[in-house]
Amino acid sequence: MKYLNEFRNGEIAQRMAREIWQVATRRWKIMEICGGQTHSIIRNGIDQMLPPGIEMIHGPGCPVCVTPLALIDKALAIAAQPSVIFCSFGDMLRVPGTDADLFQIKSRGGDVRVVYSPLDAVELAAKNPEKQVVFFGVGFETTAPANAMSVHLAKRRGLKNFSLLVSHVLVPPAIEAIMSSPDNHVQAFLAAGHVCSVMGYWEYPPLADRFEIPIVVTGFEPLDLLDGIRRAVIQLEKGEHHVENAYERIVTYAGNLEAQRLLAEVFEVTDRSWRGIGVIPKSGWRLNDKYRVFDAEERFQISDIHTEESPLCKSGDVLRGALKPAECPAFGAECTPRHPLGATMVSSEGACAAYFNYGRFLSADELASAGVAHAR
Amino acid sequence: MPDSGAPGFSNWICPLPLRRYPTIVMGHGGGGKLGNELVEHLFLPAFRNPALENLGDAAVLELSSGRLAMSTDSFVVQPLFFPGGSIGELAVNGTVNDLAVSGAEPKFLSASFILEEGFPLPQLAAVVNAMAEAAASAGVRIVTGDTKVVERGHGDGCYINTAGVGVLRAGINVGPNRAQVGDIVLVSGTIGDHGMAIMSVREGLEFESQIRSDCAALNGMIADVLDAVGPAVHTMRDPTRGGLASTLNEIATAANLGIQIDEANVPVRSEVQSACELLGLDPVYVANEGKAVLFVAPEAADRALEILRAHPLGREAARIGAVTAEHPRMLVARTAMGANRVIATQIGEQLPRIC
Repeated sequence: MKYLNEFRNGEIAQRMAREIWQVATRRWKIMEICGGQTHSIIRNGIDQMLPPGIEMIHGPGCPVCVTPLALIDKALAIAAQPSVIFCSFGDMLRVPGTDADLFQIKSRGGDVRVVYSPLDAVELAAKNPEKQVVFFGVGFETTAPANAMSVHLAKRRGLKNFSLLVSHVLVPPAIEAIMSSPDNHVQAFLAAGHVCSVMGYWEYPPLADRFEIPIVVTGFEPLDLLDGIRRAVIQLEKGEHHVENAYERIVTYAGNLEAQRLLAEVFEVTDRSWRGIGVIPKSGWRLNDKYRVFDAEERFQISDIHTEESPLCKSGDVLRGALKPAECPAFGAECTPRHPLGATMVSSEGACAAYFNYGRFLSADELASAGVAHAR
Repeated sequence: MPDSGAPGFSNWICPLPLRRYPTIVMGHGGGGKLGNELVEHLFLPAFRNPALENLGDAAVLELSSGRLAMSTDSFVVQPLFFPGGSIGELAVNGTVNDLAVSGAEPKFLSASFILEEGFPLPQLAAVVNAMAEAAASAGVRIVTGDTKVVERGHGDGCYINTAGVGVLRAGINVGPNRAQVGDIVLVSGTIGDHGMAIMSVREGLEFESQIRSDCAALNGMIADVLDAVGPAVHTMRDPTRGGLASTLNEIATAANLGIQIDEANVPVRSEVQSACELLGLDPVYVANEGKAVLFVAPEAADRALEILRAHPLGREAARIGAVTAEHPRMLVARTAMGANRVIATQIGEQLPRIC
């Protein structure tokens, strides 16, 4: 596969890892923001290749994981309505709300559908004028342009039966919140390549300056990640802090201007609640006044729902990088991918699921018993 | 009515008595004249054999002495017709393969149809003909069957159940719990072809691809291996739903041993790999319908691989790993980077990721 296999070469990877071993003289904590990068690090065993002093901290970049429980409960309430076709990306379906998940709503008769693009949901709305079609528009800057396009098209086509349940979140305010936290240990960031393919990386130099941290725009393949880590370590060792682009084949400084124009047309910045973290000011997008009529929260006016987080779930600490998944007492016991207590155990991008699935964090004995729990 | 991917039916000439009803009606399952016409003019001509021709309540079969293996499976695939096959081939090959990987020579099948009112008769004929051809090519006979019709909206066009009986080969004793430390793990070809072929034509996910289902009867290829190295084969499975990962995990659990595979040696077509990347899926979890996994004693592994590769269905067979006493009940893959990862049994369906 062109553009993939070149970046999965085991020999080059070993060479790059050796280089990191050579330059690293001290202990460093580097956070990869994006859940896709967490997944790739764990799946490929990148963390095993690093010197023991280099610790990867898994950031809050899994959109499924940071979507607030109250919004998931709202989604469940909307999806359960008989006149609704509720469309979502696949991995939202198993995220537990307070009482159920979308799979259960589907089995009780709700019309819940997995789509690959919000534009498919717009088509469904055009084909089913008697139904209300709702798309669950979650994600970072990466998925936002397609969601923006969906309402833009729905407006242009005069579709009165399409709406978006929006929970968009933004990377730069999250970096700011993490760095401002008094118990922060993060010393460098790998910025998410896909986010930057849309937004460019002009937002990051002020953050690198203000917090004196290296930020390296990084891709998702093993060699991309190793290169990002290598560059971050070199900056840390030299005491430098600037923004570097290690994903030049995809990302430019300015980003995708067409997409940014569409985002500005449809969305406005808003405070957002991040699951497990709390409200981060100006950390998300919602539909602006021109498009507010397409906001599912306005259209369905769901109130009187009861929302309650599992008291055992420590996903907030995991998302802030304060706790490793395996350090959570519920991990692998009350909380498994089969019975997830929090979203970080559901999405394949979630740090807990990545650790459980590819679990090299445990001793062989612990692994064996985890395997048994799994098989039951 | 689901018909995406269906072949052209315009050349199909409906047998005379069936022409009055171009689609399935409730009466076709009522046990009366309409049902009889379906049997007489569609099922019997397609599946014809002496045991079926009696049209009794049960088929009467002559078998040599020995142990029998029996298996059953239901088929609800959507769409019914997909690149490389249809529900018809699947229904025959699925049960044939379950018998073959148990070390049995498949002999007889039953076929039960649950049809939805309104299902086009030409499509039923295409499914039935596909079953007849698959049965002939696998060397099995369809000796008994049943048809029920459910009201429109209560089925998905056509569901099929097949059950099969086979005769176990003398001296062969395979099973998931018979895998032993040191056994070599062989796979008979590329993985993930069937699942991605279905995915490529599923409503809402259509993407252009050349991927075809690997749906095939494995009994011929497996017989070749058993003829050559029979007792050295300890375990065989066909990795269908849940893919290679689920099959290997089941074997690791049943044998209470660990399985180590080398990711770089697992054969995956580049189209399948690309489609999986696009959709955020892992080919080790994607279904196969014409592949076998074999656990073979190390001294016989090269010979078994040679025999597999000599068969048209096994040309891309590969040695992918081995059984170990370490990490019991777990499947561990060595990644291309040289690290190890645990491949767990997946929970429910594999869910496409957001981004």
